This record gives sequence, structure tokens and C-alpha cells, in this order.
Amino acid sequence: MAIDMSQFYQVFFEETEEHLANMEQLLLETDPDDFDNEQMNAIFRSAHSIKGSAGTFGFQDLAQVTHELETMLDLVRKGELDLTSEMVDASLEAGDLLKMMLDAHRGGPAAATEDIEFICRHLRELSGAQAPVKEESEPVASQAEEAIATAETSEAVEQNVFVASFKLDARAVVNPAVIENMLEDLREMGLVEIITKPAGELVEGVWTLKITTAYADSSLTEIIEYVAEHGSLKFEHEGAVQVSAADGSFGLFNEGHEVGSTVAAAEAVVEEDDSFGLFEPVEAPATVEATPAPAAHVVAEDDSFGFFEPLPPVVESNDQELAVAEASPAAVTPVARATASKEDRAAKPASNDAGSIRVGVEKVDQMINLVGELVITQAMIAQSASTLDPVIYERLMNGIAQLERNTRDLQESVMSIRMMPISVTFSRFPRVVRDLSRKLGKQVRLVMSGESTELDKGLIERIADPLTHLVRNSLDHGIEMPEKRLAAGKPEEGTITLKASHQSGNIVIEVGDDGGGLNRDRILSKARERGLPVSDNMTDSEVWNLIFEAGFSTADQITEVSGRGVGMDVVRKNITAMGGKVEIDSVYGVGTRITVRLPLTLAILDGMSIRVGHETYIVPLNYVVESLQPAPGQVRTISGAGKVIMVRGDFLPVVPLHEVFNCHGAETDYERGIMVVMESDGAKSALFVDELLGQYQVVIKSLEANYRRVPGISGATIMGDGKVALILDVASLMNVSKLMAEEAA
Amino acid sequence: MAKTVLAIDDSASIRQMVAFTLKSSGYDVIEAVDGQDGLDKAKSKSVNLVLTDQNMPRMDGLTLIKSLRAMPQYKGTPILMLTTESSDAMKAQGKAVGATGWLVKPFDPQKLVDVVKKVIG
Repeated sequence: MAIDMSQFYQVFFEETEEHLANMEQLLLETDPDDFDNEQMNAIFRSAHSIKGSAGTFGFQDLAQVTHELETMLDLVRKGELDLTSEMVDASLEAGDLLKMMLDAHRGGPAAATEDIEFICRHLRELSGAQAPVKEESEPVASQAEEAIATAETSEAVEQNVFVASFKLDARAVVNPAVIENMLEDLREMGLVEIITKPAGELVEGVWTLKITTAYADSSLTEIIEYVAEHGSLKFEHEGAVQVSAADGSFGLFNEGHEVGSTVAAAEAVVEEDDSFGLFEPVEAPATVEATPAPAAHVVAEDDSFGFFEPLPPVVESNDQELAVAEASPAAVTPVARATASKEDRAAKPASNDAGSIRVGVEKVDQMINLVGELVITQAMIAQSASTLDPVIYERLMNGIAQLERNTRDLQESVMSIRMMPISVTFSRFPRVVRDLSRKLGKQVRLVMSGESTELDKGLIERIADPLTHLVRNSLDHGIEMPEKRLAAGKPEEGTITLKASHQSGNIVIEVGDDGGGLNRDRILSKARERGLPVSDNMTDSEVWNLIFEAGFSTADQITEVSGRGVGMDVVRKNITAMGGKVEIDSVYGVGTRITVRLPLTLAILDGMSIRVGHETYIVPLNYVVESLQPAPGQVRTISGAGKVIMVRGDFLPVVPLHEVFNCHGAETDYERGIMVVMESDGAKSALFVDELLGQYQVVIKSLEANYRRVPGISGATIMGDGKVALILDVASLMNVSKLMAEEAA
Repeated sequence: MAKTVLAIDDSASIRQMVAFTLKSSGYDVIEAVDGQDGLDKAKSKSVNLVLTDQNMPRMDGLTLIKSLRAMPQYKGTPILMLTTESSDAMKAQGKAVGATGWLVKPFDPQKLVDVVKKVIG
């Protein structure tokens, strides 16, 4: 029976990712001088679980690194090694490496071999100092130990076991590096055990090696003959093993009445063959009338398996239960009662895993898409039915109202599937802050709140980078050096706050620090240097918005942290692309707070539908500030800037939509149409349209996926009457109109 | 009637692999996510074989085996430890609490089926 292991890879990847995240979080909370054992156990358990599954699914590289990590953690856990902050760092690094290796298995870039070697060596060094050398000092245990090593480091394939004995050639005796090279070569081909070697340092004598490998014997003999004295090599094939289940990988204990026996396992092992052993036959349950089969009867199985003594007849569970009930009627009631009460208590925690299922994102997306179609269909039916007489078609109307409610509920619950807590993103920040504050020599405390706030999975992934940038910025430019903080009368330790919350249909994420705050004068002078249009009577928020301009940096020095080419302009661009907004509040000397507002989801949008000529467009509602009917003379032409409209003292550029999209039959007289004032990136403009139609919640359909990218359009939707309406991309629309005005001028 | 195996492992991937492998070979499989869950399920269902991981949150494999052995209906049920830890000390501990045998992780699915077949048929 061949089991396709790859079907479990996805679960393995996700599980390992969870373990790594969990491990990282615990490590970050670990204080080497004061950690509790439960914490250490939990860290160990994560590493241990990764190793176990990685080995089983054939990810030997992951298994190898976790093995080193686990070895070190195990020693710490058992108190044989004192935890140092170096170990915590090394563990975190190993975690990073594992993450990278995991990504590599999923098609990402591969981790550098040197990194893997370096970290493994580092971990070995850290644990090596006090690690007991069990393998060599305990001959009895050695076979089992070696078997474990085999099982842990090799592929789950059939391999051959060879035993080679030889004498060293004179050259090798002179130059020890030759034999080292040979062993190295052999190790690359499989597992090498040195069974006997001449006493002392490479003097003449007989070497015996046991090699477990998938390679042919000829390639082995070639390597060995290079160092062996001519004619001294004896090469034997010992048999084949299933390496993942090699020596000592399985065995049975004697059990039953001897529970509590302390007989050392190794002594009691009844070896069958290399891969399997029984202590003694499994005894039949005492309450079952079964005749134990005669003992000491060897049941030969296949090559890798066998029993010295047969197992007892297998008992059907029903019989067993019956037998128990007959044998000990008194015992049954208490047990049953205990079971019931235990079940009540354990019902909830035990279901934490069984109560959830993992589904591929594409399945969820497909479902969301279908529900989107359903919403559209429902709206179409409702629209068609609206012309009918509600008295005559009362039952139909009731049904349609019901359908509308159900559709809405269904849509909400389907959307909630994609929702994930923002802690998924937040969880990376303790590490970011820890590493960075160390590097910069600053003392920083990270305070997070609202981690359970949920938002769309797509947003979670896309918000991570901008948020990381903001946090790094706060740490690098915001929080001052400890001396400076003390001088300013602040606590030595700076605080960065990360807060997520729901606010009127938006997700609001705040990144705050109690650092130096933004320097108005410096930003203004920097802006002048860069030739940006500024004046001294700009409001603070206008000044702060300057730092979102491309290439704007007020940092005195380019540090390793900042100045990597990704500026605040990219942060704002990314957030705007998600339909979000960024705002800055800052008080010089007190701190800075950056607020990011995001829509709850990317799949639905609250929009205002407008008409231009015969076309209907949707303006995302979060860009709309107000709408007004221009009074005569309110719209003026300014040379070089095209048409502008004066709204309460501000001149706003007018974006005539019919010109941008070349709509025929549209209103061209400004006084007879409507101006929709929109705000994007802190700038306002007025969109000139024929008419406002209404406000809708629309399901976004990608235009790019179905047609191609169109400037000024971010997507499309299907309206209740079945017509397609294009959704305006306000930010790009404002740029497009600016270009048009420049061209006209 | 198909034999029932209770497979206990906190690792979802291993659990699924074990369950899939054994189900493919005609066994019924009950899955449990840790020792406590395993104990609860063992109490409410009747099983022919228990396969348990050692290192798990809430309740580890050894404690589970001990608890099971203390229950009359599990006195004779074969219990295999499916574990990465196979030092002699661990084996001695396993034997002491009443485990029937051990199988080292990582293991080959075929090996698992072979072993289970030998133990419960």
C-alpha cells in the first residue's frame, strides 16, 4: 500500500508555521534569568512536534535543524544546561531559518546551506558544552541510539546495510585527513557507524564500518579502497532496512500484570530482527476466556518484521466490554459516572481542534464569489418584482423580503469566514521591536491591544509590510536614546503602542510612540529643499502629510533600519491601494501617533452610484466628502490648472467625468449637474457628474481579471437591474484629471 | 467488524496521516488531539488499540497510558507509544506504565500498518 504523503503537506506546513509562531512568541517572553519550566516545556514541545512530523513527511532538512534545537532545549528543560540569552537568540534564529526552509518547500527561495550549517553548529556548540556523551560511553544503549539517529535523519526508503572492514593504507596512516575525507564522503551517502577502529590515533589496525545507504556497494567500495590497504577490504551486505523504521524503531513491552515493573527496557528486549522486538507476548485481558497461544514459538514474518512469540487472540471490543462488565460489576458504575462528569468538563477544551476544519482559501473565495452572484440575482428579482402590485402578489413579496434577509445573513457569515484576528500580523512585532531596539541600543516596550480585532485575510497579508515600516520608523526615528529621554524627563524606556479597533465599519490601527515627535520646522525646511510647495501657515496636519511625499526623509543619518528605499510614500500608497487612509498626529517632544483606517473587507464596498450620460459609475463612499450643486460663477477657469470650484474658501480642481471617460450625451453645463467632493491622500477635488442615483453595497468584480486594467477604474460590479457599473478609482482619477489639465494648458 | 484504533497525537498532520493510513487498511480510527482528549474518547468509546504520542499538551502519553491501565476495560488493550523519544529510559518508563510497545517517529506508513496488523490483526 503506497500512501501519498504529499496530501498531508499542506496540513504539515500550516501546523509547522503555527508551531514556529508559537515558539517565537514564547521565546520572546522568555527571560533567561527567570523562566518557568512550563514555558520551556512548551517551547520544547513545539520544536519536538516539528521534528517528528518533518521526519515523517520526509523534510529531512527541517528535521535536522529542529533536532539540534530540540537537543539544546531538552538539556535546558531538564536543568542540565543553564539558559542564556545567547541560546534564546540562537533559538529565534533557528526559528527564522526553519520558516525560510518551510517556505522553500512551498516554492520560495531556498535557505543558504551555510546558514543551515552555521545555525546547526551554533546550536550544537551551545548544547555541546555540557551535553553528556551517551553514545560512546554506553555500549548497551548505542544500538538503540544509532537506530534513532537513522530513523531521524534518513529518507523513508529501503536502504542497504553494508559492513566493511579494512586496514588503512600507509598513506592514510601518515595523513589523518585522508580518512576524515573518506568518512565525510561516506556520510554524504548514508549513515556511517564506526564499529571498531584501531586504538589510539590512526595507527595501523582494522576498521569496521557499518554503512546504511541507498547507494550501490560499488560506489562505497570505491571510496573505501582509496584509503584501504590493497586486498584488506572485506565487504558484506547485511540486509535491507526500511530506514524510517529502522533498528529499534518498534518494539513491544511485556504488560498486563507486570505494570510497574522497573526492569530496564534494554535488558528485556526480545529481539526479533533489526526492526522489531517483543518483551514478552502481550497478555490477553484477564477477564477474557482466551487461551494464550503457546509461547516460545517463533512466527517468522518478512525480512523486517517478526515475532518470537505470537500475540494473544485478538478480542473484539464488544466481547471485551461484556467480559469486563461480567467480571467486575461493582467497578462499572463508578467508572461510568466518572466518565460522564469528566466528559462534561472536558467537552470544550478538547474540541478546540476537532471543532475546526482547514479549507483552502480558493474554496472560500469561490464561495464568496458565488454569494456575490446570489446577492446580485436577489437584487435583480427584487427590482423586477417592485413593479408588481403588492396586494395581488403578497406571497411573492413576502418571499422576496425573506430571500433578501437570508441573502444578507448568508453574505455576512460567508464574509466572516475570511476574517482573521489581526494578532496574526501583530504577533511579529514583539520580535521586530526586540531585535531592533537591541541593534539601536534603545529601551523600548511594546504595548499591543485589540489583537482580536478581525479583518479580511487579504488585508491582513497586505497590512503587514506597511505596519512593520511604521513600527520600525517609530523605533528608529521616534523613540530617543535612553540618555536623551532621561534628560527630557521621560522614563528611560520608550513605549510603542499598537492598537486595533473597529470604528464605524472601519478597522482602525494605531501605531503610537512616546518619542520625540515630528519636527515641524525641519519638515518644512526639508520640503523647501526638495522644492515642494509649502508655506509657513500650513496646518500641522498638512505639514505632517509632507512626510508621505516620495523620497522624503528627515532622518539625520541613514541608519541600517531606515533609508532602505522604502519610504512613507510607499506606506501610504499601499494603504490607499487597500482602500484605506493614513493620518498622523504628532506633538513635538511628546510623541507621534499614526492612524491607519482600513475597510472591513475587500470584497464588498459601500458606494454611491452616479450617472454620467447613459453610464452608471460607483464612487466608493469612503472617498466622498459632500456633494453640491454649483451656483452660477462658482466654477472658474484658472490657467494651467483647468477648472476649479470654490467651496467655502478652498479652490478644488474639477474633474469632469464625461471628459475623462468620453461619455456622450452627458451634461456639460456645470450649473445643471452635481459636484461630488472627494478626498484622497489628503487632497480634495470635485467630481462633476450628471446625477446622483443612490447608495449601494456592491460586490466588487475584478476588471483586470476579466478585461484589463483601465486608468481611473478600480473594478466593476453588477447592479440590481443586471447592468454593469464601473467602480471609480478615486486616487488615480485625480491624477488622470491633473494630467489632462496640464495637457490642455 | 472493523477494529477500532484510537490515534492520539497533538500534531494534526501526523494524526491525519495515521488515520488515513489505517483507514485505508480497513480500520476504524478515532482521533484525539492530546492525552486528555484521548482519555475522554477512550472512556466513551470502545477501542481495540491505542496509538499515542508521548509529548503532548495537557496530558502526555505516559500519564494517559497509566490512566488507561487503571481502567478495567483497558487492562488488556494493546497500547503503542508512537514517539520520537525512544531512549532506553523512555522505553523503561513506557514499560513501567504498561505500554505494549513503541514505534519510533518518523515511521513509514506501511510499517505502521504492519505493526498494527501484528498487534490486533
